[in-house]
Amino acid sequence: MFEVESSTRVERSSVVPGTEELIINMGPQHPSTHGVLRVILRLDGETVKDCDCDIGFLHRGTEKIGENITYTMFIPYTDRLDYIAAPSSNLAWVTAVEKLFGWEIPMRAHYIRTLVAEFSRISSHLLWLATHALDIGAMTVFLWCFREREMVLDLFEHAFGARLTVNAFRLGGLFQDVPQKFLDLSQEFADLFPGRIGDYETLLTDNRIWLQRTRGVGVISADDAIDLSLTGPILRGSGVRWDIRRAQPYAAYPYLDFVVPVGENGDVYDRYLVRIEEMRQSTRIIQQCLAQLPKGPVSCKVPRTIKPPAGEVYHSIENPKGEFGFYIVSDGSETPYRVRIRPPSFVNLGGLKKLALGGLVADVVAIIGSIDIVLGECDR
Amino acid sequence: MGIAVEAVIALVKIAVVLGVVSLVVAYLTYLERKIIAHIQQRLGPMRVGWHGLLQPIADGAKLFLKEDIIPDKADKVVFVIAPIMVLVPAFVVYSVLPFSSTFYITQVNIGIFFILAVSSLGVFGIVMAGWASNSKYSLLGALRSAAQMLSYEIFLGFSIIGPLMLAGSLNMQKIVEAQSDVWFVFYQPLAFVVFFIAALAETNRVPFDLPEAETELVAGFHTEYSGMKFAFFFLAEYASIMVVSTVAVTLFFGGWQGIGWIPLPGFVWYVLKLGAMIFVFIWIRATLPRYRYDQLMRLGWKFMFPLVMANIFLTGLVKFLFL
Repeated sequence: MFEVESSTRVERSSVVPGTEELIINMGPQHPSTHGVLRVILRLDGETVKDCDCDIGFLHRGTEKIGENITYTMFIPYTDRLDYIAAPSSNLAWVTAVEKLFGWEIPMRAHYIRTLVAEFSRISSHLLWLATHALDIGAMTVFLWCFREREMVLDLFEHAFGARLTVNAFRLGGLFQDVPQKFLDLSQEFADLFPGRIGDYETLLTDNRIWLQRTRGVGVISADDAIDLSLTGPILRGSGVRWDIRRAQPYAAYPYLDFVVPVGENGDVYDRYLVRIEEMRQSTRIIQQCLAQLPKGPVSCKVPRTIKPPAGEVYHSIENPKGEFGFYIVSDGSETPYRVRIRPPSFVNLGGLKKLALGGLVADVVAIIGSIDIVLGECDR
Repeated sequence: MGIAVEAVIALVKIAVVLGVVSLVVAYLTYLERKIIAHIQQRLGPMRVGWHGLLQPIADGAKLFLKEDIIPDKADKVVFVIAPIMVLVPAFVVYSVLPFSSTFYITQVNIGIFFILAVSSLGVFGIVMAGWASNSKYSLLGALRSAAQMLSYEIFLGFSIIGPLMLAGSLNMQKIVEAQSDVWFVFYQPLAFVVFFIAALAETNRVPFDLPEAETELVAGFHTEYSGMKFAFFFLAEYASIMVVSTVAVTLFFGGWQGIGWIPLPGFVWYVLKLGAMIFVFIWIRATLPRYRYDQLMRLGWKFMFPLVMANIFLTGLVKFLFL
């Protein structure tokens, strides 16, 4: 990737040994690169002089696969993109195809999709908080978060029969209505969860060490964040109130009341606060969805063979990590002509170098944690 | 004749202490896993024996039987010596610890001094381990460790001066006897706080576990070690926890002295206080995140150093004026 420039190796007299910059490979098997990410660091002591990402270890050619199979068959592949929040990826795909058709989806399906998408946001943020805190050394938060994440995964199992790659939605709505038990347990979780968020916060938010490790670390200004096309909590942490759920509403979001939290300083701490508040808002959305859930069918009339009209469409949703979009070109046949994925992690990871330069090795770990990447969609 | 008998008695004592300490240290890992597990709402070891009581023995057997890997590019002699260099000082200091009024291996006039001197040798082993491994992570871990242990050694040393001034002796038994009325922690709360923080840093515990910060440096200085050599580092860490806890109990909490009229043998009091101390160590590990390297240094030199100096000055002033 890069070599130690010869000019940095100053020739000294034989008495004084020269100093050399250290090149360290963080990953792909490093414990805190969250999957198979390889970061090449050039260090002066422990200060980061240069930083380069090497990605693609998880590349499976998902976009190309999309061109060879039907629109319905691609839904399970979207599970494997952002596998931490699989329903969100499903939602992006099905809403994009439905936009291509111009179908009207029943309200009940919209509400259930929103409900499940918010659960996936909570599940994703919990995994982020767990690993981020563990990277900075707080071990207990990790296990507390997993306790609640387990409940969310159980909910998915009640509704869709799977825990991680749930294949939650179908074109035109849902495969079938969710069982009553799922709704009851969702209500139970929504009542319990705000207290649990409070538990995490007692361990971290006002903790002196946590503040020192995260405040003023990995700062990015709003302008820089926009220039790098960062999206999601990392953009909102810099104070830009941009959330696709509000800006270009989809599913049931136009009918729901929620706040888009933003930070001020754009450092690791603000991104932490933004995500914590997003979990609270997600719980509010879940409460509203459960209260307002309309009766009726969960799927519109779907033709036996799905052949969208020729044309192209781009549709994106607010994934837990940022803007997750699909660009589809249809030639009127059963398979798409072209599928292009707009992955939030891939784009957000592009900001790593800007964030990490000049920091210490320990900061790089905190920053990667605060970007919240998932290599499944980064490498596609 | 007399010398021979004494030597035999001493050897028996050493054997007893060494055996008991090794076992206790092994069970300290069990205790830590259990306590942290319950703080984190899980069960911890449950399968090996009743409530996992045989887990440390199973772990020990596993470590014994593991393949002993020495990396190709390592400096082999230093690589082998390093874990021994860490383990031996950690156990040698037990020779002067007062377990009760009658049970100790030896009584040295400069007991506390001896502990500080010997235990600070351990850092050589860590630096050697980091250097000999010929791995970048190990080297960074060892460098961090050396810087950290050397600086915190200083605060550790200065923080005990306050209590020593009150006790008027370096002999561990005399220090305990001097606290028969009031424990020094009530006279020297500041010194105790500094001592405790420095002790955490000395033993590489959270929030100062930078040398082995697994999320940054994989495993720090012992990244390349496996099997029994790894176990040596592990044992030494827990043995040091016992040592600093004992020193804390001796200097600040009256050692084996009981509270008021409650009739318990001195050794039981010692174990109770030691247990409480170790519990706090484990509790902290379950609660706090980790400091960054530069913050650790800043905390030490800009905050704790003036604090201990002020403490020594105040103690001296009070002693000079009123005693």
